[in-house]
Order: sequence, then structure tokens, then C-alpha cells
Amino acid sequence: MHPKIGILALQGDFAEHVQVVKRLKAEPVLVKTPDSLASVDALIIPGGESTTISRLMKKSGIFPLLKRLVGEGLPVYGTCAGAVLLAKNTGDARVRPLGALDISVKRNAYGPQKESFEGAVAIVHGKARGRVIKGVFIRAPLITRTGRKVAILAVRKENGSIHPVAVRQGNVIATTFHPELTGETLFHSMLKELAERRQNEQA
Amino acid sequence: MIKGTFRVKSGLAQMLKGGVIMDVTTPEQAKIAEKAGAVAVMALERVPADIRAAGGVARMADPEVIKKIMKAVSIPVMAKVRIGHFVEAQILEELGVDFIDESEVLTPADPFRHINKRAFKVPFVCGALDLGQALRRINEGAAMIRTKGEAGTGNVIEAVRHVRTIAGQIKALKGASRTELKQIARKMKVPYELLRKTVQLGRLPVVNFAAGGIATPADAALMMQLGCDGVFVGSGIFKSENPLKRAKAIVMATTHYNDAGILAQVSRGLGEAMPGLEIDALEIKMSKRGL
Repeated sequence: MHPKIGILALQGDFAEHVQVVKRLKAEPVLVKTPDSLASVDALIIPGGESTTISRLMKKSGIFPLLKRLVGEGLPVYGTCAGAVLLAKNTGDARVRPLGALDISVKRNAYGPQKESFEGAVAIVHGKARGRVIKGVFIRAPLITRTGRKVAILAVRKENGSIHPVAVRQGNVIATTFHPELTGETLFHSMLKELAERRQNEQA
Repeated sequence: MIKGTFRVKSGLAQMLKGGVIMDVTTPEQAKIAEKAGAVAVMALERVPADIRAAGGVARMADPEVIKKIMKAVSIPVMAKVRIGHFVEAQILEELGVDFIDESEVLTPADPFRHINKRAFKVPFVCGALDLGQALRRINEGAAMIRTKGEAGTGNVIEAVRHVRTIAGQIKALKGASRTELKQIARKMKVPYELLRKTVQLGRLPVVNFAAGGIATPADAALMMQLGCDGVFVGSGIFKSENPLKRAKAIVMATTHYNDAGILAQVSRGLGEAMPGLEIDALEIKMSKRGL
């Protein structure tokens, strides 16, 4: 049976994630309530406004359940705002993150929208190591600290410095850019593998 | 690294989907909007209802007002320019505004042309009341479309008219031959390829929000059920009795637009909505501006 990949559909580009999940032959499930969250094998937190999604997660009763499920091993992948919401630290009282990833982030670190860009991302971990993909960064956050248990999956080189743009800690993956806008399936495939593993464990 | 590509510009619009963009005139209002869950704010000197009441020429807001609002919030800040006024747009881009609305709510500056939006790194949203207008704006470089509706009226009928008109026109072209589409594209003054792509997708090829007259959570959910990707609320929030409560309710209604239980719950006890206006009684129909 195809794994059920939930996509948090409170606000943001969830429809774009649905397309990628379909292409990977997994079953997409839109998640707007705690009920629909309980039945999925993995979850994607899409791009959008982290302040808005944070508020709606709380209002919809999803926050405490999701926090518990991630802690129990539910595979979760966050892009951009999703990465902010998974972080331990956002340095911003307006966003209440899940704290599932031991990283610190700075929201909108590149400046206003005119500084948003497309640029090269180098994969530095796993099977795809050495590949260079295109990343779309839209009012993107910056990962300013990674904990010891966090693996850096991809980086960007800028002005002589190298910083992480994709990370993973156990069952939690985050990218500060949007693979769902370019059709890049690398990170979604990773999530699907984790979802299949969880499906087998629970069967 | 490339900045300001169409993918990056239309990408921000994609991130706003399922959200509510609220008109604000002060940093305090902007903070209320952010707290309520707005995905962006539109920085203005006056909301459309007051522009209507004041009369005279309505122009881009004072950069001082816009800067203060930008400082107050972390969500994207949009601002309006007059139709065709590319210098107002240059100023807003310089200020670091995240999105520009080339808007019929302000007095048009150019009787012949809209702004060449491809020349900017900052994305543009434009109003449309039919498919031809929407595709002309997209062809000029708009990264997002909204219905024109009739701003400042608290009357949703024109927004409904515009979203139904556009959807109906796209549907009617399904199955049309290449020759027919070419003829229609010529009539609309848009490239054949853009029209063909739109018909194939069965919707506009960019994000499409509702705007102009949305005043209640039910209005927002109505526009979402009619297929819009999100909503702008102009005068509807800060011209109402309890702006924070109404703003929160409209955000919830936009997310849970298909859940009548939630809609019933959030619609309760919001206080007075903004006073509305009959379209036939209007002296100025803003939606007639800009073809």
C-alpha cells in the first residue's frame, strides 16, 4: 500500500506539495484538523507565512498532537516556513515552533522580497552527495546554528562562507528553500522512505 | 544567484495562498493584522472606504507611512501605485516593499498603458474583471491577479461577478480549436500561447485572490468556495466594530472555508460589520478603471 503523506493545509503552497507527492506514487492527504493528522504516515509542513501557520496550528488543535507525534517518530519535512516551525529556536516571539529540530533560525534573513533568489545548492550528504540542484529561496530563513545530532544535507556558498540549507535529525527533515517549486523530488523521496519504514513498523 | 526571476516573484504569491491580506494605515493596525494571522498587509494612507468618501486624486502612500509599517511587522508588506505610474513603483521597490498592487483604487495615472512589470524585481498584483484583463496583466509581468470587485463598499457582488466571469470564460474555451483560440487571443490582445496554457490548466496560470467588498467571514469563505486562492480584505476589518476579532474570524474562515461548523462558530458575536454601499448608488465605480 502506498504510504499516506499528510500535507498541512492551513495556509501556504500545499497544493504544490500535493503534486510532488502524487508524482512519487504516494497518497497525499490534506491535513486541516487533528483527526486527519492522526491517520498519516508522514507530514509535510509547506511554505507560507510562519506566523499565520503557527497561529492556525494552535487554533485548530494540531499543535499539541503534532508535537507529540513528531516526538514519537512521525516523519516530518518542512520547507521554508515549515523549517522555521520545526526549529528549536526562531528568536521571534511571534512564531511558536515545534522544537523538533535542534537548530536556530533567523526569519527573512536575506531581506525583503527583492532579495529573494534562485541559486545553486550543493548536496553534501547521502546517496546524492556531490549533486548540485537549483534552490528557490523566497524571503527565506537562515539556519544560524545546528546541534550535534543534526546532519547537514545541503549547503550554499555565499561570499566565501558556507551555510546549511537542508538538514535532518532522525525523522525530521527541513529545507530553507522550495523543492516543490522546481519539481526536485530528492527530499520528498527521503520523506517517503521514512514513511514506508514507519508503515512497516506499525503493520 | 539570480534575483527577481518570474519564478521567485510568482513564488511569493504561491506562499500567500490560503491566506488573508489586510489593508492597514498605521503600525498599530499592522500589528493587529499580523497577530490575527494575516499573511501580508497592504500599507495605505486611507482604506478604500475613506478614499471614496474623501474624493479627489488618490495617490501612492507617503513612504514614511509605508516604512513605519514595514518596521512594525515581519510578514510581507504590500503597497499600491496608480495604474501606469511606474515611477511610484520605482520608489516602492527602492523602499523594499515586498509586493506592489497596481490598483484601480487609486486614481489612474496613464490612460493608455499599465506598468511594464517585467522591468521590476519586486512582484506585482493587478486587478481584473474578466479574462482579457487578467491575461493582459499577466503578459505585462503581473505575478498575481485579484478580482477588482468594488473596493470600499463592503458589498461582495462585484467580486463574485468577476471571479465567475473569469471562470466562465475559461470554461467556455475548453475544446476550442487552435484557430478559434488564435482569434480570441488577438481580440484580447494577449499571446496565443498564454491563452492556450490558461485553457489547458482550466484556471489562470498565476495565483488569483478575491478582493473588493469582502466584509465578513462568510464572504471570505464564499470567495474561497468559488475557487479563489486567498482573499484581500480592505475596509472590511478596520471599519468594523471589533477589528481584531473580525480579522481572526476571517483568517479562520479562509482556511476552513469548507467547514460550515467552524464558519458558524467564528461568525458569532463579531459586532457591527462595516456599513455597506449599493453598487448602483455609487458615484465612482473603481472597477471600471484600467482596461
